[in-house]
Amino acid sequence: MSEPCLFVIGASHHKAPIEVRDRLALVSEDGFRADLASVPGLREFAVLNTCNRVEVYGVGACADTEESVKAAYCARQRFDPAKFERIRHRLEGRDAALHLFEVASGLDSQLLGENEIFGQVKEAYAAAKARGSTGAVLNRVFQKAFQAAKHVRTHTGISAGRVSVSNVAVELASNIFGSLAGARVLVLGTGEIGEGTARAFMSRGASGLAVAGRRRERAAEVAGGLGADMVDFDERRARLADYDIVVCSTSAPGAVLEASAIAEAMSRRPARPLLLIDLALPRDVEASAADLQNVFLYNLDDLARIAERNRSAREAEIARCRAMLAQRVDGLWRQVEAHLRAASGAGPRAGDAGAARQAAPM
Amino acid sequence: MTEFLSDRQWLWGAAALYGAGVLLGTVSLLRGGRTSGAAIYGAIALGYLLQFVGLGLRGHATGGCPLGNRFEIFQFTAWSAITLYLVVGVTFRSSIFGVFTSCLGAALTFVSLSIPSWDAIRRTHIFGGNPWIELHAALAMFSYGVFGLLALAAGMFLLRHYSLKSKNLGGWFYFLPSIMDLDHIEVRLLGAGVAILTAALGFGYVYWSRDTSTVGHFKLASTVAVWIAYAAAFWLRIGGRLLARRFAWTCLALFAAALLSLEAVEGSRHPAAAPAAERTTQ
Repeated sequence: MSEPCLFVIGASHHKAPIEVRDRLALVSEDGFRADLASVPGLREFAVLNTCNRVEVYGVGACADTEESVKAAYCARQRFDPAKFERIRHRLEGRDAALHLFEVASGLDSQLLGENEIFGQVKEAYAAAKARGSTGAVLNRVFQKAFQAAKHVRTHTGISAGRVSVSNVAVELASNIFGSLAGARVLVLGTGEIGEGTARAFMSRGASGLAVAGRRRERAAEVAGGLGADMVDFDERRARLADYDIVVCSTSAPGAVLEASAIAEAMSRRPARPLLLIDLALPRDVEASAADLQNVFLYNLDDLARIAERNRSAREAEIARCRAMLAQRVDGLWRQVEAHLRAASGAGPRAGDAGAARQAAPM
Repeated sequence: MTEFLSDRQWLWGAAALYGAGVLLGTVSLLRGGRTSGAAIYGAIALGYLLQFVGLGLRGHATGGCPLGNRFEIFQFTAWSAITLYLVVGVTFRSSIFGVFTSCLGAALTFVSLSIPSWDAIRRTHIFGGNPWIELHAALAMFSYGVFGLLALAAGMFLLRHYSLKSKNLGGWFYFLPSIMDLDHIEVRLLGAGVAILTAALGFGYVYWSRDTSTVGHFKLASTVAVWIAYAAAFWLRIGGRLLARRFAWTCLALFAAALLSLEAVEGSRHPAAAPAAERTTQ
């Protein structure tokens, strides 16, 4: 019997554009897992299905089993195998383990260093483990991948700073207010970017959210969608002192918040800082407001510059992260290889992933 | 083991560990990673322990709280600040406060150890066996430790403020706490420091009122001036008239003034109260 190997086969944002990824995303993960359970020679497997990637991590007779996994996947998704062949990635042995380490660390993500993927990999592993489709090899490789990902995120700047405009705005607010639970947010304007930023604030726990727009109906619609209060646009200056964060995204031809109005609002709340996020072009907030005490004014260019700087800083960390991960994979791989060698010929029969549960732990 | 090392050697050990805390924090910040909170906290805690032994030996030798010369006052101030950090520091999310505290501890201990003349003569039994005077002195010095931490928080506030105004959030600015968190910390520390100093002056007053000749005018004036200045800053901050950067700069300036006032306290000990003095071997 041939020696089993660790492999990964799948497709991701690297080669598959978004319209293709739409078709690759698994609708029924359970159905696919059932398909995989009957693939001959597949001893262990775990399925990672996110908006940017679909991957199967498996242990089995390399080439034959991988082909069977690919066939099962294409059949389930009704995807042309020849087309899949052009966009898929396929790695074996140590490279497959290193790939998982990089995925869990966010190094392979579209948004470099993002944290969400770590949770997604954990969920994928937990689901596989709960269904008994992992064994000694995948258990070891996934657990080590989680440790490595935590280590890399803690000891490098791969996840430092935010890399999207709305998240940079939220981070700015956190740098000023700490917890956003008590922060009150006023959204001036009903543009998409303002709405998106408001949603980002809400996802971080901002409590009092209000919307004011020049077109009342549209403002009511946006406020309704966000579950926010509505403020009359003409009352924006008078109500300014009630808010800690103001997101401006109107299409007004001139400033809608003058420095004098902001100074007046600050005189009513001198101890509490005010964050003004001006996403509008032309700008909504008079630039001289930035000179006021306890007022922090950021425009679209400022946010984009910070996001870009964070992105560059993360990119500068890639080599260091890879070196850390490679070192950890080398240590792991010696154990896995020895286990796979020992298991060859004595392991469970092909097509019985459940038998992997009985494999001796490493 | 305590008899094998002199009190100063224990205190050098403490200074080295505080320095190690600074080094650990700086290296991890320069490397772009998060600071290791546990490692820094550990270095500070171990340094604190060594300083505790050193000051304990010194106190045993001098027959009271070791506040007999400038060296001891600086050491005690550092020890007080670290005590407070060890109690409240764990509640800070960011270990950067540990780096700053290590920095303060290392600066105060290294400076005092490096100037031999500060410890050339030390007074023994300076409190004449009166526990109330000892309590007064210990509380006053403890309040200076609190004001030291306040100065650190104020420094961090100014750095965070600068990073936000200059729109530079990267590098080690990333690890600073938020403006509001730092402001809350400043207010709490200032309130605690003023309360402790008030209590210290209260105990001192009881002793002083019995015999006003025991305390020099210069010491009295400078101590009361420090208390008034901090109390005024607290009152203005609570009243919303001293805020943000101005408040932070005030806290820094007041701590510098408080340290300078120690010169007055040290230099104006009344001859009548002058205790026995002994020359130290270093």
